[in-house]
Amino acid sequence: MRSKYEIFKIGIKDVAPHLLSVFPFGIIFGAIGIELGFSPLFTYATSLIIFGGASQIVFLQLLSGGASSLIAITSVGIINSRHFLYGAVLSEYLQKLSLIKKLFISYFIVDQGFAVSNQYFKKNPTEEFNHYHLLGSGIILWFIWQASTIMGIYLGSIVPEELGLKFAIPLTFIAIIVNELRKFDHVLVMLVSGLAATFFYNAPFKTYIIISPLIGLFAAMIINKLKK
Amino acid sequence: MTWTSIFIAGILTYFTRVSMVTLIRKEMISYNLRKILNYVPSVVFPSIIFPGVLLDDVGAFVTISDPKIFGAITALVIGFFTRNVILTIVSGLSSYWIVIFVF
Repeated sequence: MRSKYEIFKIGIKDVAPHLLSVFPFGIIFGAIGIELGFSPLFTYATSLIIFGGASQIVFLQLLSGGASSLIAITSVGIINSRHFLYGAVLSEYLQKLSLIKKLFISYFIVDQGFAVSNQYFKKNPTEEFNHYHLLGSGIILWFIWQASTIMGIYLGSIVPEELGLKFAIPLTFIAIIVNELRKFDHVLVMLVSGLAATFFYNAPFKTYIIISPLIGLFAAMIINKLKK
Repeated sequence: MTWTSIFIAGILTYFTRVSMVTLIRKEMISYNLRKILNYVPSVVFPSIIFPGVLLDDVGAFVTISDPKIFGAITALVIGFFTRNVILTIVSGLSSYWIVIFVF
């Protein structure tokens, strides 16, 4: 039986490769926040309060593009709705914890931490302190995200605009979905929602960010019906 | 007010994280719903990628020779074969810069 501290360290070690991408992503995010015209405090506050890289960029982009707060908040909700699935999968392993511990550990559920800790849970389902793995991966991701956002906020101002840092946004999202590119149904759904977003981009209040994922999910439902 | 919206977005995001862990047991989610939710990243991220690559700042189509198109295709190809986050971003960004600064 491993100790709490040992499992915590394994969590940090398992998520370490992902820090290489989270760190520059945080710098890019901090720089983009400033580039879009937000104050350092406002930009940083999203990292502390929302703590969801992709959704933070969309949130600031939509607000700076003139979208209503409702649209921006809804978009954050849609993008972060994947956490419902993460929570559903993790609940099996976290059910033994007290409510206070569940409330605390939930703040640290992010993509990379979920991915590596869920693998550990599957391999060690009966380990008493296995939730320390999620704490280890989540807390190191949290720390690197906070630090890199602050670095980006202050380094971003010395990055020349000709570098076109904004293009890093779609690139970062491409990097997130590369694992799904080998699944034909996912590629089909990506094309449907991506083309829908392009088509509805000029719709009022940036509603494309809500409309096109819903169209994509509808396409996913049809594809799953046809597969049966 | 935008500060209020940060807090609402933060509470909403925290709710997406905490709700399933505290309230719902794994058995309560239907098989079909789980399958559809699995597509959420595949529908949300392309909704940001496509306009970000294909459209310019005012929402008009870019030309086929735009550096963004070249950068995105490079990132997709590298990402497909390596499945490496860093290589995907670095290859996309560097090919984008090569088109801008060299050609």
